[in-house]
Amino acid sequence: MKKSKQKKFIQGNEACVEGALYAGCRFYAGYPITPSTEIMEVMAARLPKIGGSFIQMEDEIASMCAVVGASLGGLKSMTATSGPGFSLKQEAIGYACMTEVPCVIVNVMRSGPSTGYPTGPSQSDVMQAKWGTHGDHPAVVLTPSSVQELLYETIRAFNLAETYRTPVIILYDEVIGHMREAVTLPLPGEINVVERKKPNCPPSEYKPYDVQDGNVAPLAAYGEGYRFHVTGLYHAADGFPTSNTKLIQETNERLVNKIDRNKETICKNEEFCLDDAEIGVFAYGVCAKSAKFAVKELRSKGVKVGLLRPLTIWPFPDDAVEEMAKKVKTIIVPEMNLGQVVHEVERASKGKCDVRGLFRVDTDPIHPKQIMNAILGRPVEPTVIPSEVLIERDMIDG
Amino acid sequence: MATLKELSEKKELFSGGHRLCSGCGIPPIVRLVLRSTDNPIVVSTATGCLEVGTSIYPYTSWRTPWIHSAFENTAATISGIETAYRALKKRKRLPVDKDIKFVAFGGDGGTYDIGLQALSGALERGHSFLYVCYDNGAYMNTGIQRSSSTPFGANTTTSPAGDMIPGKQEFRKDLTKIVIAHNVPYAAQASPHNWKDLNNKAQKALAINGPTFLNVISPCPLGWYSKPEESIETAKIAVETCFWPLYEVENGILKINYKPKEKKPIEDWLKMQGRFKHIFKPENKWMIEKFQERIDKEWERLLALDGKQV
Repeated sequence: MKKSKQKKFIQGNEACVEGALYAGCRFYAGYPITPSTEIMEVMAARLPKIGGSFIQMEDEIASMCAVVGASLGGLKSMTATSGPGFSLKQEAIGYACMTEVPCVIVNVMRSGPSTGYPTGPSQSDVMQAKWGTHGDHPAVVLTPSSVQELLYETIRAFNLAETYRTPVIILYDEVIGHMREAVTLPLPGEINVVERKKPNCPPSEYKPYDVQDGNVAPLAAYGEGYRFHVTGLYHAADGFPTSNTKLIQETNERLVNKIDRNKETICKNEEFCLDDAEIGVFAYGVCAKSAKFAVKELRSKGVKVGLLRPLTIWPFPDDAVEEMAKKVKTIIVPEMNLGQVVHEVERASKGKCDVRGLFRVDTDPIHPKQIMNAILGRPVEPTVIPSEVLIERDMIDG
Repeated sequence: MATLKELSEKKELFSGGHRLCSGCGIPPIVRLVLRSTDNPIVVSTATGCLEVGTSIYPYTSWRTPWIHSAFENTAATISGIETAYRALKKRKRLPVDKDIKFVAFGGDGGTYDIGLQALSGALERGHSFLYVCYDNGAYMNTGIQRSSSTPFGANTTTSPAGDMIPGKQEFRKDLTKIVIAHNVPYAAQASPHNWKDLNNKAQKALAINGPTFLNVISPCPLGWYSKPEESIETAKIAVETCFWPLYEVENGILKINYKPKEKKPIEDWLKMQGRFKHIFKPENKWMIEKFQERIDKEWERLLALDGKQV
């Protein structure tokens, strides 16, 4: 008998846990921080029941370090946090990049800097997600914009982490985190789950950074009989520190290239009404919800407008933006920050069209009406919800 | 020592109208500490209930200079402030004889866990300040997550009492002992139910030129699932059961400030709080025994040290 799919009415943070558990996450270490705490609360209740481990650590960086340790122990591992905690984790995120330890970090964005506004949404950590830790490093960052999509993208995050042996960041905001939507849970086997590539050589020959094919080496788990050295220093294929300048150059390039050269597979976009568009909107996360509504509204009135929505914000979808820039006269970039991704859109559009930002940082989401006004070239105010824009459910399906 | 009348006549530096919950242990602790000196006070507060509940725009409860920086660093912040005032005095930008007191407040999350490094550093460097930890035994501000101060067995959102694990399985960290190990001139444990004792300890601490520390139990009806009107009683029973002994270490000499005539069983304290409800199930009886055993051991240890150099 075919098992029917289970539907649940859950908040984003719970959907994130569902996705993680589906992907095989069996270790969670974290520290309480609004608006991400529900992830750890649900993990604390769920993991012991399926043989997983949950640890609450003494602070943010300790949580990140525990995740790296658990992943080296062979478990798919994750942590979740928000802005201030994300800042505190950065050193260990860099360590995970350098040592090529797969793991997933969730940042439910709130307004900053510092404590900022803990209970309201923001998109102000997009650049931190890319450049938060020091040194040139790979960054894979996903930006889902609905509760269902968050579930799927969490599975994808684990898959990418395991495929490329790298930390993957899921970036969403307080609205997606706390909003409740009906979510369909995928059946076992329905979505592909990537397992870590293990070595098949004898332990005496194993080198943890010996890249044979592609840019990624197999990773043994501690305790499986393979002894190996892991360090945040530049290291040779056997994992031991090196001061060989040629190796340092090669390793740093490989770390970045293993993501850059696989951009086509890692990048994922949704294109909506772009074919004949004269004006384009580039929006991610919660803003993409408002943007899609605005595009639908204006399309029904005959305005030729389309939407490009990246589900992967880093690596940046340069090609897709350039394609859009060739077609449209203007690209509007609504963001809940004072202008971060807009500069990337400007760079990627290579002067082929006009790029205009629409920024809001008062911790209320950007309203569709504001985006409509921006598309129509009108002043963006007011921010108060006008009565004629009553959001219908089918209009905001993601 | 001041009488209640004298205390009540002192200027109130912590005003009413704050947003802390009814039955919260924090306000009586803060008010008593601030009344324990006539000198000007500068206050630094870690992220937590106290900070959030007393500073919602456009209001403030603080009738004294007050700063909130972040979660992990109130001890570091007060270190900087205290050093700056010393420098200003040295340069005669402040009157040399002006004796300003520096007080840092942090909850158990911001003190036992993420703030421990900053606290330890400030104690070691020997800044002249009083650190007050209001210990309600969990991260209450973010919705009741366990901390390293959460008592054994307690049900929190990250140590949920379920079929697999019956609540928190670790004993709480003994922070007062850790502070004492820094050889500070004064460190003590107190409770808001014994206002005289708390006031006395704060007075002593604030009169000392050097790092001092108070660990004060702070009932939290929201996280303890206890009755708000019984908060002070809950604190009292914590002391009567010797879960929270009142003692001080002054210049290395330990003194127990209160010895219950008859030590109450820990059940008396546990049964006042919903967070321990599951412990009373027949299959979890061992937890009460384990809890009691630990308390007895700690109390015996303390009794043996009473009046001695530690």
